[in-house]
Amino acid sequence: MTVLQQTAASRRPVPPPAWRPRTDPAPLLPDQEPFRVLGTPAARDADPALLKRLYAALVLGRRYNTQATALTRQGRLAVYPSSTGQEACEVAAGQVLAERDWLFPSYRDTLAAVSRGLDPVRALTLLRGDWHTGYDPREHRVAPLSTPLATQLPHAVGLAHAARLKGDDVVALAMVGDGGTSEGDFHEALNFAAVWRAPVVFLVQNNGFAISVPLAKQTAAPSLAHKGVGYGIPGRLVDGNDAAAVHTVLDEAVRRARSGGGPTLVEAVTYRMEAHTNADDATRYREADEVETWRGHDPIALLERELREAGQLGDADVAAAREAAEEMAAGLRARMNEEPVTDPMDLFAHVYARRTSQLREQAEQLRAELDAAEETERTDGTEQTGQTEQTEQTGEDHR
Amino acid sequence: MAQALNRALRDAMAADAAVHVLGEDVGPLGGVFRITDGLAAEFGDDRCADTPLAEAGILGTAVGMAMYGLRPVVEMQFDAFAYPAFEQLLSHVAKMRNRTRGAMPLPITVRVPYGGGIGGVEHHSDSSEAYYMATPGLHVVTPSTVADAYGLLRAAIASDDPVVFLEPKRLYWSKADWSPESPETVAPIGRAAVRRTGRSATLISYGPSVPVCLEAADAAREEGWELEVVDLRSLVPFDDETVTASVRRTGRAVVVHEATGFAGPGAEIAARVTERCFHHLEAPVLRVTGFDIPYPPPMLEKHHLPGVDRVLDAVARLQWEADLTGREGAR
Ligand SMILES: Cc1ncc(C[n+]2csc(CCOP(=O)(O)OP(=O)(O)O)c2C)c(N)n1
Repeated sequence: MTVLQQTAASRRPVPPPAWRPRTDPAPLLPDQEPFRVLGTPAARDADPALLKRLYAALVLGRRYNTQATALTRQGRLAVYPSSTGQEACEVAAGQVLAERDWLFPSYRDTLAAVSRGLDPVRALTLLRGDWHTGYDPREHRVAPLSTPLATQLPHAVGLAHAARLKGDDVVALAMVGDGGTSEGDFHEALNFAAVWRAPVVFLVQNNGFAISVPLAKQTAAPSLAHKGVGYGIPGRLVDGNDAAAVHTVLDEAVRRARSGGGPTLVEAVTYRMEAHTNADDATRYREADEVETWRGHDPIALLERELREAGQLGDADVAAAREAAEEMAAGLRARMNEEPVTDPMDLFAHVYARRTSQLREQAEQLRAELDAAEETERTDGTEQTGQTEQTEQTGEDHR
Repeated sequence: MAQALNRALRDAMAADAAVHVLGEDVGPLGGVFRITDGLAAEFGDDRCADTPLAEAGILGTAVGMAMYGLRPVVEMQFDAFAYPAFEQLLSHVAKMRNRTRGAMPLPITVRVPYGGGIGGVEHHSDSSEAYYMATPGLHVVTPSTVADAYGLLRAAIASDDPVVFLEPKRLYWSKADWSPESPETVAPIGRAAVRRTGRSATLISYGPSVPVCLEAADAAREEGWELEVVDLRSLVPFDDETVTASVRRTGRAVVVHEATGFAGPGAEIAARVTERCFHHLEAPVLRVTGFDIPYPPPMLEKHHLPGVDRVLDAVARLQWEADLTGREGAR
């Protein structure tokens, strides 16, 4: 009997057990409405100390964004993708993790990295342009800011998986934008995470746009959080401008991951108040009205109102938060105004653990060119920049 | 150049209803470099479609569209963001004609802004042409002039084979030599152009390095050298005829490009030139290329990109007097 005949004979084949759904999908589905804390009875149960800490971090975060944007105008940064309006997500992501946990940010998430304790100047190295990553990822357990969208998500899964194999209760929090959820890497990461029950939290910041493309043209899903169910991952929908809500949801997801409960997909609904980057013209694809509506849902104002109404925040606290933010901004400005010291010979320093013979040759070539240029400068009597000074070579050479 | 590319797309869409443009942000925004500006307004958002953010999906769906008789022109936003689409490009786009014994050609144009020199942060400045060139089944072309940008793009879209159309980003804002009123006719794929004639040596280049070579040729006159500059325009197919004729005449050649040198495009070009011109060569074919490193951050890119001085140094090395006397004596 051929396979075809067999199928024809038994018209209603009974599926073997593996065909049946293994999980009831209902608990995986997100709520219809984004989860909120501020302005709801849940706010009364929230830890006031945490809320005040989040408030201070939001004020600092906003100032960080405006300062970095100003630095692009002064030519100090090559580009800056602002997270103004999204600070609640950035700050919550930066603060919810334990020290041993890892953060996998996308190129817009400098603030999350800074909120985790990374030196702001080193976090901005990529965007300033003196190197690609200005810090050692192991030091703060912050992966390099990822420019190719969604490509960092499988890394987060792999790292979390590895940690679990080693018996460490480490969680990875991976950040991605709404547009990034369309990439194949997003889907593969979710699937691996679910199958391996990896301790990963995926945070999607749905800020309405991927450069110019609105969410409606990005996905036809009921919500991005719904995407989890197909992989067997619970999805949570949260108000991304409500810092208390984002913190709560991420905290639950981190605990769940840490206790062996597997991955969670969190969609934070927020809005990008600025253009995609300083190089983008947002008036080409969105109405000013929409931006203004969202301005009325500002993450800082929301939290401030809540805390003031509960009598937990006074003018003095607000002033103190602003002062701390100004201080940070002044420090950032001053340090970013220093000319970064770059060494052209660094081009060859970190390509391989041990330099190849070709690179040795090319390094010699560049060295000779730089020396010749310096010589010409000297004889021309022009001032030395000091940029071409010989610096220590890192990394051994291949023989 | 951006304007010429835009005009080429518009003219191609007007001439043939099968031409569809798709990619990230190509609709109302007009692409991040504004190459598709106004196309969605003029032809509708089916003809010029914003896609979800997924390069493999963009090119993969283009394959299906082409299978059904359309002529998709897809935009990859930046060189290094095209990599997710490599599976589709290498496994399907490049091979469909061959796999189907000619029954199913794929007239797809893949536009890729490439190269550095614009101060972009990482992943925005790759020169990936060697990957494309190494894949049989793909045409690979790249303009260096505004007129060619128009003519080559029209040719690419008209081609019945897939074409990887590499757009040198740092020439997007270059002007001159072209007016939108009288766009050039189609420039043929596979034909190099001699941009300047000379007798001392041939500079073989393409895309963003051609203006560097022309500048070097200007500067070389001070040394009494007359450099010929050949603009390949098409990397696949390769115009052996023009290149060989030039090098046989001059007896010396330097290949110039900003992609990395090791196993880079220049390796193939130098090998071909050597094979065809060995007895006419006065010196080995030299290469002036980017270093063999990942593309550097913006503050260091000036040290990586081959400039006029490096080209002139290579030309100087082509003189080879000392070495040649010895070698010739031994022959
Ligand atoms: C693989 C890949 N394709 C394209 C790009 C170019 N690009 C940079 S940001 C962006 C939009 C991202 O939108 P989203 O994921 O929603 O994040 P957001 O910018 O809103 O934070 C695009 C298309 C990229 N960086 N990586």
